Amino acid sequence: MSTNSANGEADRSLPSRLRSRFEGPNTIGESRGFWVGFAVAVAALAVYPAFGDGSQLSLFMVLALLGLSLSVVWGYSGVLSFGQVVFFGIGAYTFGVVSINFATPGGITAAVVAGIVGGGLSAAILGYFMFYGGVRDVYVTIITLVSTIVMHTFMAQTAGSEWAIGEAALGGFNGMPDIPLLTLGVEGVSYQFIYNPFPMRIIGIGAFEISPFYYLVLVLLVGTYLGLRALVNSDYGRVMVAVREDEDRTEMFGYNVTRVKFVVFTLGGALAGLSGVLYAARNVYIDPTVFSLLFATLPVIWVSIGGRKSLLGAVVATLAIEYLRISMAGELALVLLGTLLLVTILVLPSGFVPWLHEQAIETRLGPGEAGEADAPDAPSEVSD
Amino acid sequence: MSDTETESDVDSLGPNVRQTAAELATGDRTETLLQTDGLVKQFGGFTATDDVDFSVAEGELRCLIGPNGAGKSTLLNLITGTYEASDGSIYYNGHDITDLDPHERVSRGISMKFQVPSVYGDLSVRENVRLPVQQFADGEERRRLVAEAIEAAGLTGYEDVDAGQLSHGQQQQLEIGMAAALEPDLLLLDEPVAGLDVAEREAIAERITRLNEEQGIAFVVIEHDTDFVASIAEEVTVLHNGEVFREGPVEEIESDPEVQRIYLGGES
Repeated sequence: MSTNSANGEADRSLPSRLRSRFEGPNTIGESRGFWVGFAVAVAALAVYPAFGDGSQLSLFMVLALLGLSLSVVWGYSGVLSFGQVVFFGIGAYTFGVVSINFATPGGITAAVVAGIVGGGLSAAILGYFMFYGGVRDVYVTIITLVSTIVMHTFMAQTAGSEWAIGEAALGGFNGMPDIPLLTLGVEGVSYQFIYNPFPMRIIGIGAFEISPFYYLVLVLLVGTYLGLRALVNSDYGRVMVAVREDEDRTEMFGYNVTRVKFVVFTLGGALAGLSGVLYAARNVYIDPTVFSLLFATLPVIWVSIGGRKSLLGAVVATLAIEYLRISMAGELALVLLGTLLLVTILVLPSGFVPWLHEQAIETRLGPGEAGEADAPDAPSEVSD
Repeated sequence: MSDTETESDVDSLGPNVRQTAAELATGDRTETLLQTDGLVKQFGGFTATDDVDFSVAEGELRCLIGPNGAGKSTLLNLITGTYEASDGSIYYNGHDITDLDPHERVSRGISMKFQVPSVYGDLSVRENVRLPVQQFADGEERRRLVAEAIEAAGLTGYEDVDAGQLSHGQQQQLEIGMAAALEPDLLLLDEPVAGLDVAEREAIAERITRLNEEQGIAFVVIEHDTDFVASIAEEVTVLHNGEVFREGPVEEIESDPEVQRIYLGGES
């Protein structure tokens, strides 16, 4: 495997070189078959609104971004955070407050940016005090969990009229309604993504309407997934994984482990903030239930079941579990979810998607050869 | 501005002045690489190292011995910055590094192999070695350095094997290889041959000697096995109850009845 790679770089084709940016030992799926499957899956998501409930799936895809934010923070850098919903909620509320006060296309666009920055900044502040204060391991988990409870309690008591920022009343448990419709651009050159269906007609299927918001979210989800794949397979990603595996060892290789955790936590906060912005934009409403313990637990469940060391696992599990949760009656869904989590932790500790991936390789190659699979035409050295 | 300069001058002069005094006394002209000055580490009421003055010259290979609990690992962890000193100073290349973070000390040329082999078990051997190398080498040079480090560790053919699946001896070799791949001036090894068989011990002794002679890396090696110590080192420091108990050539220390007494567990 190592012998043919030393001189292999020069004669590799452009798609192969492009692909190598997204491939490496830190993600599953390096074969041509994987990328064909990936393209088919994205195409299926693109045509799904013609057949099913695109509005519901757009919600699941928004939440998948939240799942990805935890995957990168916990799965790749070893920081188990129950606080992703804090940054999600702060992103959502920031978007709401700014867009209500500046309800023009330019103002709403700025509100999107403010929501992402708000998520990232709040994570940076919390992360700064935790990581530079020497807080480690389970204590990080406890602090982030407590921070969701603090936010939930705080936002719940903001019902009074004194709790308003400019035009925007926070509204306590009544939430913040009347968030302006998501419109990106500036005056004159803008496009409204919510409640602006685009009529389509396909022979054989008939007439239907598609939501531009659905495609905005799809593009953001695919882009974020690919971007994170490139990140975790880069030199920096290798350091992130090293921090996850052994902080002291990594520090003694000359890496500033504290800074790595701080940077990744901030990035995860910004990503959760983006997810929150889209959540509030889709629902044109936000309330403190996003800070509830149940909601704080969900990302941990998605990522555990999907496979915490797998970005794809986080996305697939979020979509599947949220579909399951919405399709079933409330109590039953929670019982099933708990059972699923227990079974996964006991039987498939590395998660469903990595397990399915192993099964796929074994089926293709026969047992015993699986260890050599997954890099048939792209030796792993090329990522250097 | 001038204050800062004066301060750093004092920092850099401190150990050199001591060295000059030592030179005068012994006629030894080697440059001091590392020097600790009255180093104290307390854990609650327990004093793990007490007023330790310990120095390593450039290119020197020094072994650190002493019974369990003597403070050997604590001293190494103080040098790397993993532990914060309760009192005293550490000078490296003439600069005070007492307040630096571990990664800052590494970038100045200190590297370490931990007592328990600390390789990344879930990552392949190649990914393990890339991690130290990627900081200063790219592309073809990185590939070459990674391949060389793997070969030097005797792990050619194991590139894609998860490091956690290697034998204990292979993991020790791999970690020494990774620590050496940083191209340090000072390499600290905490019990590099614990739990290894004779052949593996010899391979590691040879490796240490070669790195020392060919690349001029200075070593501090913690080891219990006196045969192993005799096979690699000329100079030995004995720690006992957190203090420097003896220092000198290996033959002298080996035959010292007081050293034998503390190892056999007599009264201290």
